[in-house]
Amino acid sequence: MERPTLDQIWAWLDQIPDPEIPVISLVDLGVIRDALWKGDTLHLKVTPTYSGCPATAVINLDIQQHLRANGIDKLVLERQLSPAWTTDWISEKGRRNLQKFGIAPPPKDGEHGSYGALLGRVVECPRCGSKTTERISQFGSTPCKASYRCTECLEPFDYFKCI
Amino acid sequence: MADKALFEFLTRIGDTTLVLGHRVSEWCGHAPALEEDIALANTALDLIGHTRMWLSRAGEVEGKGRTEDDLAFLREAHEFRNYLLVERPNEDFAVTITRQFLFDAWHRLMLISLQESSDQRVSEIAEKASKEVAYHVERSTDLVVRLGDGTEESHRRMQHAVDILWPYTGELFTDDETDRELSDRGIIPLPSSLEGEWKTHVDGVLSAATLVRPEREYAHKGGKAGVHTEHLGFLLAEMQVTHRAHPGATW
Repeated sequence: MERPTLDQIWAWLDQIPDPEIPVISLVDLGVIRDALWKGDTLHLKVTPTYSGCPATAVINLDIQQHLRANGIDKLVLERQLSPAWTTDWISEKGRRNLQKFGIAPPPKDGEHGSYGALLGRVVECPRCGSKTTERISQFGSTPCKASYRCTECLEPFDYFKCI
Repeated sequence: MADKALFEFLTRIGDTTLVLGHRVSEWCGHAPALEEDIALANTALDLIGHTRMWLSRAGEVEGKGRTEDDLAFLREAHEFRNYLLVERPNEDFAVTITRQFLFDAWHRLMLISLQESSDQRVSEIAEKASKEVAYHVERSTDLVVRLGDGTEESHRRMQHAVDILWPYTGELFTDDETDRELSDRGIIPLPSSLEGEWKTHVDGVLSAATLVRPEREYAHKGGKAGVHTEHLGFLLAEMQVTHRAHPGATW
């Protein structure tokens, strides 16, 4: 069998939706860190978003199924912990799709995980664009999200937390 | 064994996140508000995620083929190395949140320091976990202030929580032979070296919360050496029952 090009592989990977937020692909999410051929075996490096996220196992399964359906039989998935996943790796396309879906995308401010950076952050309402919003909880329906409420249009919404 | 001291440390931190993760998960479906229920479940999930990284590494270091599941579900209480603080029962929401706050403040400092570990895997796991823990600290700090400086009833309960949990915090900062060996090898910080910064953070938050830190310095110890309170046995019985009733089951 002819080895598909890496461009083709990335195009296939970009068709796989995130299991919990299906408007964004695994490539948009930035969890696939590397793809390379070693002989006739495809090696992919996959990094978890949150260490306890149940979607991690589903993501690996989805990758295997989708690539197998496209004729890739020899596939090795390697877990990569470092550098740790950051929301900076979410693509522009991914950010736009999150916003359209009603999830406020994370800011790209380069400051993550530092205690101070979490405080006093302005989160824009993904529906009306208002900057006056309030946090209901640091945690939401999935590990990667927090719950917010817009004080202008009054709609509650999810915010994709910055890490 | 390949590296007894490193295995010991990995079970200390992995058992600590496992036991606290299980304790916090006991609130699932019972928390006082939906947002709190979700937040507690998310915190528990993060801690169990950290446990998987720590304990699977512990199994590799031990070299006897034990997996993270073997270590979590097939050891007895005396083989667990978690700190006593995290096996304290949930009691009311004030005790749960105060326990979380006292732990989170320590956890954050420990993980920041472990990112500089000379052991590459330890530093990678710490890097990953510390991003999540930044959110835990923010939330528990917030709640301690809100509940401490809240109503008369919430203040009373929070002060009670601080009083009964305080004697369990000293163990976080005691050094033993294993700590000294690993610290000499650049793998972990000496636990006692974290105490100053921890106290500064905790004192600042307690004072903003109008809560008083107990003066007494007595510290319950033993968890790190496998000597536990009776509470751990009950917790393990519940956590391990399925695995023990159906040996080798996977899910």
